[in-house]
Amino acid sequence: MHKLWHSVVLLVVCSVAIVAAAHAGETPDKTDEQTPLPQAYALPEDYKPIETHPKPGEGIQKYAEDAQSGAQANFGVQPIHDNEIFATLLVDRLEFQSREWTGAFVWDATGWVGTDYNKLYLESEGTILPNQLHVDEAMLELYYGRAVTKFWDIRAGVRWDVEPKPERVYAALGILGLAPYWFEVEANAYLSDQGNVTARLEVEYDIQITQRWILQPRFETNVAFQDVRKYNIGAGFNDFELGVRLRFEEARQYAPYIGLSWNRKLGETAKLANFDGEDISQLSVVLGLRLWFF
Amino acid sequence: MSGCKDLSRRSFIKKTGIFLAGMQCVWPLPAWALSTSPGIEQRSPKSSYDLTIGYSPITIDGREGVSTGVNGSVPGPLVYLREGDDVTLRVTNELMDTKHASIHWHGILVPANMDGVPGVSYRGIPPGETYVYRYRVKQAGTYWYHSHSRFQEQTGTYGPLVILPKDGEPFTYDRDYPVVLSDWSFEDPEAIFRHINILGDYYNYQRRTVADFFKDVREMGLLDTIAERNAWGNMRMSPVDLADVTGHTYTFLMNGHSAGMNWTALFNPGETIRLRFINSSTMTNFDVRIPGLDMEVVMADGKAVKPVSVHEFRIGVAETYDVLVRPSKDQAFNIFAESLDRSGYTRGTLAPRAGMHVPPPALRPRPVRQLEKIGMGGMDDNIFGVMMGDMKHGDMQMDGQGKQPKQPDPRIPGPNGPEPFKPDDIGVNVIMVVNNPRYRLDEPGIGLGEDGWRVLVYDDLVSAEPQPYSTTVDREMTINITANMERYMFSFDGRKFTEQPGPYFFRHNERLRLFLVNHTMMEHPIHLHGMWMQMENGADKLPFKHTILTKPGGVVSALITPIERGDWAFHCHLLYHMEAGMFQVVRVA
Repeated sequence: MHKLWHSVVLLVVCSVAIVAAAHAGETPDKTDEQTPLPQAYALPEDYKPIETHPKPGEGIQKYAEDAQSGAQANFGVQPIHDNEIFATLLVDRLEFQSREWTGAFVWDATGWVGTDYNKLYLESEGTILPNQLHVDEAMLELYYGRAVTKFWDIRAGVRWDVEPKPERVYAALGILGLAPYWFEVEANAYLSDQGNVTARLEVEYDIQITQRWILQPRFETNVAFQDVRKYNIGAGFNDFELGVRLRFEEARQYAPYIGLSWNRKLGETAKLANFDGEDISQLSVVLGLRLWFF
Repeated sequence: MSGCKDLSRRSFIKKTGIFLAGMQCVWPLPAWALSTSPGIEQRSPKSSYDLTIGYSPITIDGREGVSTGVNGSVPGPLVYLREGDDVTLRVTNELMDTKHASIHWHGILVPANMDGVPGVSYRGIPPGETYVYRYRVKQAGTYWYHSHSRFQEQTGTYGPLVILPKDGEPFTYDRDYPVVLSDWSFEDPEAIFRHINILGDYYNYQRRTVADFFKDVREMGLLDTIAERNAWGNMRMSPVDLADVTGHTYTFLMNGHSAGMNWTALFNPGETIRLRFINSSTMTNFDVRIPGLDMEVVMADGKAVKPVSVHEFRIGVAETYDVLVRPSKDQAFNIFAESLDRSGYTRGTLAPRAGMHVPPPALRPRPVRQLEKIGMGGMDDNIFGVMMGDMKHGDMQMDGQGKQPKQPDPRIPGPNGPEPFKPDDIGVNVIMVVNNPRYRLDEPGIGLGEDGWRVLVYDDLVSAEPQPYSTTVDREMTINITANMERYMFSFDGRKFTEQPGPYFFRHNERLRLFLVNHTMMEHPIHLHGMWMQMENGADKLPFKHTILTKPGGVVSALITPIERGDWAFHCHLLYHMEAGMFQVVRVA
């Protein structure tokens, strides 16, 4: 089972990397500002006359015969720029969870920079327990994402678990996109530096109560394909988070919210936690802020 | 107050003209666009203009902003030409931090290098430089001009262009007003473009809510409501995605005035008034009406049509309509222009005296798209439309249950209709493919036609101009209008501009039938530079158009005679769609 997963993950990572390499360096934007102004009534200088009769058997000629591949850019100027680089950062959750006794601060942010097809993603998620002044969990992920279908990106990259110690590094591969009925889905498989395979699924959905009040159910689950005793992880479904958050979108950039979050450990992982005296189920009231930097 | 009414028209224009000329330094708008406007003076066409594009202050509803106006105003000065004249238009770029500025003469037949599209017809006008446009004016009517450089048009680089016919107007009137509709935002257009690229419905504050669901359940029943939500959800498209940029950021303007600033056109009861509507918006299609008055549409896109009497018309971005109105009562009327998505409006007033106004009508409710209307209705279309993308099946016209493919609409011209769109690799660019595009020129469009008054449809337009071009069609070509709204990618034939293999090819002086098939769920005003598109709407004399507002799931065919050699721009006139890739070069050779 181990070996099979390793090879599958590695294979897909490699193929994505090859696809990425093949598409690198697309659409150069050549600018040659030295081109002189045209004479009155002159044709563009890169214009070549074309036979005005169709070739035999060729009824419809849609493209000019002398077409170079790629966009037309007469006089070294490109008329429009449809491959622009944008960047954004969405802090989807920045919240306080009223866990038993003490509570916890949780953050969950995704940022990307890139074009329609190629994006670089940076994600971070983590938990701080204020009573112990201690970062309980902290995770950083870096992905290259490629748009492969209308609604889905394939992403390959690395995940770095800064906490809990000792640190772990993973190779990561996954998809990000919009499922039918507007479910926002992020699913990743991870291969750790110790050879362990895990996976994570996140699904979010926005219910428009009014134009400004939005209810967001959220589901997250982790799966392990083997026991990782060091981190109290058992094979199978480890845990899930089922949350519902009601936010007031004062602006797209800024939305305070309130909600409920239920964390539950499952199966072997739950047993291990129980053994250590940890709670296996936690229901929290959450209070937070969603920030979106455009 | 009552003094004005007794004056003759001529002396009225003279007096107000002088009065307003003195006011111009107070309010930075050209005379024709002043708050209380006397309109165009009949005797003033010129053959030479100096236009300067520069940063200039603009005040909208008391808030100050920076515009890229022409000669310091938004809209720019009226360029008033005479048919047959050789004109010289010197355009200077004083936007010193830009790569280039430009002016494109929208709808004007000019030689290729006079067309003003950077990267297609010339290299643009670098900062500090002047480009001299010289051409012979071959037409008459109502047009406009605007920048074709990046987003300068959004920040005010546009103005009306009117050409006096050399043989006199085909109809008579007493007063003449350009009515320039536009959309102004205090946001940086670069920010607007970024917002809608990152979040498609960033500006949509009319999304469907839970309350709408229950309202639909009451009206349509639970099962139908669920089925409808299901179909849209499955396609991951929104039926209320009507405009990408809305009244949330836009203030809609009429001759540079917001609704509150109330631009006013004066008249004496009993006069005939010519209103030259020009939609200079970047992203807003308007629905125009003058409650209480019939409008007689006499020109479309600058070319005369047989007069049509309507109560309302939709004016797509970059279109123009000339209408005649004949108010007989001594009262004020609203000139009311609602955005298609009903997120806002602008209005002006037609009044016998300055300072009069009537309260504007209420905005109508935001319409909802219907699946059938966008060509996705019925299970067969629906399944094909969606599955073609996901499963890449080439030909799935038959669904195995013996259903025949739909017969093409007999109103679609040509022996075969448009060529089916079967992209080899549908990839990322195309969300939906319409297998049976419909003839929709007889429809007023979404949100119109159910108010009990008469709305203009494209089928109403019958040309009243000579038809100089050949009637035999030499060649047919289909261009598919495609998009992925979710990723904000807009394209022709499933390719953004930079992904096209090269320019489209039109043969010089051929008679080409161009099918435009809209495979998106939005209206796209498609503009072809340098030549007329004669829209095939069943009329015996086909109307001339430079911009056609294509409906979702619809097909439009146009007959084209490319009269000038060279490279021409062909694009969606929604500025951000164009910049996102819905642009192509047409090479005439």
